[in-house]
Amino acid sequence: MPPDLEFTRKTSFETVGARPARPDGNDKVTGRARYGADVSVAGMLVGKVLRSPHAHARIVSIDTSGAEAIEGVKAVATRDDFPDIAPDAAVEGEGEENMWDVARNVMARDKALYEGHAVAAVAATSAAVADRALKSIDVTWEVLPHVTDVDEAMRPGAPVLHEDMRTKGLENAPRAPSNVAEYLKIAMGDSEAGFAKADLVVERDFRTEAAHQGYIEPHACLATVSEDGLAELWCCTQGHYGVRAMCAAILGMELSSLRVTPSEIGGGFGGKTTVFLEPVALALSRKAGRPVKMTMSREEVFRGSGPTSSTSMSVRIGATGDGRLTACEATFRYQGGAFPGSPVSYGAVCGMAPYDCRDVTLHCYDVVANRPKAAAYRAPGAPMAAFAIESVLDEIAQKLGMDPIALRLKNAVREGKTSVYGPTFGPVGFVECLEAARDHANARAPLGPNQARGVAAGFWPNYGGQTSVTMNVATDGSVLLSLGTPDIGGSRASMCMMAAEELGIGYGTVKAIIADTHALGHNDTTGGSRVTHSAGMATIEAARQVIRIMKERAARIWDIDVDAVVWEAGRVRPSGPNAGDHEPMSFREMAALSARTGGPIAGHAEIDAEGAGASFAVHMTDLEVDPETGRVVVLRYLTVQDAGKAVHPDYVEGQYQGGAAQGVGWALNEEYVYDAEGRLRNPGFLDYRMPVASDLPMIDTAIVEVPNPGHPYGVRGVGETPIVPPLAAVGNAVSRAIGRRMTHVPMSPPRIVEALDG
Amino acid sequence: MTITATMTVNGEERSGVCEERTLLVTFLRETLRLTGTHVGCDTSQCGACVVLIDGDSVKSCTVLALQADGRDIQTIEGVADGDELHPIQQAFHENHGLQCGYCTPGMIMSALDLLKHNADPTEREIREHLEGNLCRCTGYHNIVKSIRAAAGKMAGAGA
Repeated sequence: MPPDLEFTRKTSFETVGARPARPDGNDKVTGRARYGADVSVAGMLVGKVLRSPHAHARIVSIDTSGAEAIEGVKAVATRDDFPDIAPDAAVEGEGEENMWDVARNVMARDKALYEGHAVAAVAATSAAVADRALKSIDVTWEVLPHVTDVDEAMRPGAPVLHEDMRTKGLENAPRAPSNVAEYLKIAMGDSEAGFAKADLVVERDFRTEAAHQGYIEPHACLATVSEDGLAELWCCTQGHYGVRAMCAAILGMELSSLRVTPSEIGGGFGGKTTVFLEPVALALSRKAGRPVKMTMSREEVFRGSGPTSSTSMSVRIGATGDGRLTACEATFRYQGGAFPGSPVSYGAVCGMAPYDCRDVTLHCYDVVANRPKAAAYRAPGAPMAAFAIESVLDEIAQKLGMDPIALRLKNAVREGKTSVYGPTFGPVGFVECLEAARDHANARAPLGPNQARGVAAGFWPNYGGQTSVTMNVATDGSVLLSLGTPDIGGSRASMCMMAAEELGIGYGTVKAIIADTHALGHNDTTGGSRVTHSAGMATIEAARQVIRIMKERAARIWDIDVDAVVWEAGRVRPSGPNAGDHEPMSFREMAALSARTGGPIAGHAEIDAEGAGASFAVHMTDLEVDPETGRVVVLRYLTVQDAGKAVHPDYVEGQYQGGAAQGVGWALNEEYVYDAEGRLRNPGFLDYRMPVASDLPMIDTAIVEVPNPGHPYGVRGVGETPIVPPLAAVGNAVSRAIGRRMTHVPMSPPRIVEALDG
Repeated sequence: MTITATMTVNGEERSGVCEERTLLVTFLRETLRLTGTHVGCDTSQCGACVVLIDGDSVKSCTVLALQADGRDIQTIEGVADGDELHPIQQAFHENHGLQCGYCTPGMIMSALDLLKHNADPTEREIREHLEGNLCRCTGYHNIVKSIRAAAGKMAGAGA
């Protein structure tokens, strides 16, 4: 942490905590904002991708001569246009990305590993010509047996995706190939001894189906490679530095030869933290010598980008007769698509993190299957594990005749407690969240027939990470903030607020932009709920540098010692016995004098932020189940979450509401449906049904603020935790409404009817 | 086959050359470079491409440019009166009726249609009217709030 930030912690605020209008709002309500597909340049070609129709097939040969002969086709790219990569090459996306895998995911090499896997691409003078060219590419396939289900993929004798894959983490290194990429055991205490102390043990198996992030903006980019090898890329992404690193690694470029500019981003939720089209567009542009624009259709987004894992889980939890949890043993099996890296271990530790249970054993299996490579999705891995754990806790509460919030309060982690998640918790707001839910009016709303209330908790550790920020003070006293973290949920507003707060100037005086990769030092991707924490910290540090410079300049003007200058309410003022009698000078006056007092005034910070505060949430929902059709109507929905300090409460509430809505969709309807050939049956919004406005009620929110000591304003990231509890909150409500325990997400009408009939 | 489509767009006569099969949304975005109308699904579920044709909301990915020939089109770029935001735009801005903003143009165009026919819609009526407009960020809470606020303001202004 920068030295200034350690001892200066603010507790009273002028701007932070208010609800001003957003700086990017005007452009977004008038259509001026420019998203990934909104930019065109002269001479631009249209790029399109040929995708595998098979779930698993060897690519014997690819004949592109037919496509190349079509008038208007300017480049065709296949595996031959991408260099080989060292198997251990890795760069940071959201977490570490293995570039050998990412390179093979953006363009298949020896095999297509899922239906929708890219096998060739063309750049042509129009979309119609590009479509015709794709049809003229002749691929010779050797179709192989496939597997899409996680449990089946783990069975001996299952079709193997990667002949060289041996399960890592087993005591005896296996000789035979397997679809289990890794086994990981995470344990604390002695779970068998813990079960011996239990009066009640509940054990259940659970399944969750894969969901897609469902951002409304499909992936899009515009690539230009010039003759001297310098390249520019415009794209919608959560992390343009990550895009630069991945494209450079895949194409064998120097980082400094590729400038990436992020567009406005039309939603991401983790799904835009890696690359799909970008390296392909660059390869096509390099070959064609012209700019290439690529956009995915919605069908391609479903088939060819990164949904989340489907899972199979077994959970066993023991409790004493008075509701104290004594032990947990659980097995989590997550398929992450065609390459390793499912978020199984995140899920495993997050599921039990809210509870002070000393004896825990978690078995994690990272499994590959013939599905698109999973990408991050809001709190990756956690909603599924929370569904399993929180469902068992609900059943324990029912069996003990305890209120579900009382059961959780009895076992909630507090400051100083260590959970299986690892670190010992500092001040955390889980108890406060539970109490706020318990005391909310919704907890006393009357329930009618076929109606029930479900409660569940959720946890996400949050992240800090690397951030670079520059703050330029203009001579008229306005402030320009350059950020390198794409604004996915209103972060420009929050950064302007924190800058204004620190400088003691008006919010409207600060303007923020998201700069390109050449303009700032490295920034980690917008993900891990890290931006308000880490970029906020860097912004505050940059502002404190500006203040330091202004104090030095004032000292010089007044010819006094810099220690005799204080900063107060946006002004420099002399202070102390030898400071003399000088009129204070405002921020604006100091800015105006900059040219005559030493030149431009700017602050900047390049940090690797630690101290991200863990975030807990409690959700409570009332819903009604139609016992004949299995249809569920959500009547009330409450989200309570610890924000540490809500910089802009409207945005914090927006995150709570948006995460809850996504979670409700996943809980009730959203799933990837595969047919016997391993083909996705529902690659569109008609059959992959996300919640529409009439599916949801107003979503009530309560912000708990237990300051995070790791941030100068007490901020905790809030973006991801809101999607952790909904699967379980909805599941617990449905289970209570129908008197059967639901164990399979989504709880779509047919599954509810089946549970009722079973 | 190429054709020339001519229509009134945001009060001005505009014409452009396109193919017979060109969709209105493609014509607006690529020929007229009005990129405020967004594409989210190409299968008419998401509503990001809603525009008004002769005052009625239509998903512009379901209409050919040819079918819009000679008609009056309003897109998000034509909703504000110069620098002055329309009350619906202002309400979305003030009530945080958007996060990423991608669905916003379609939401605003749908809301224009709704408020034209129903000056004081209930929460339920707003939600039902918006069934063809997907938003993945907000959970619709602030969108509903924005439209309610806009209705109140427009009624107050005697609009």
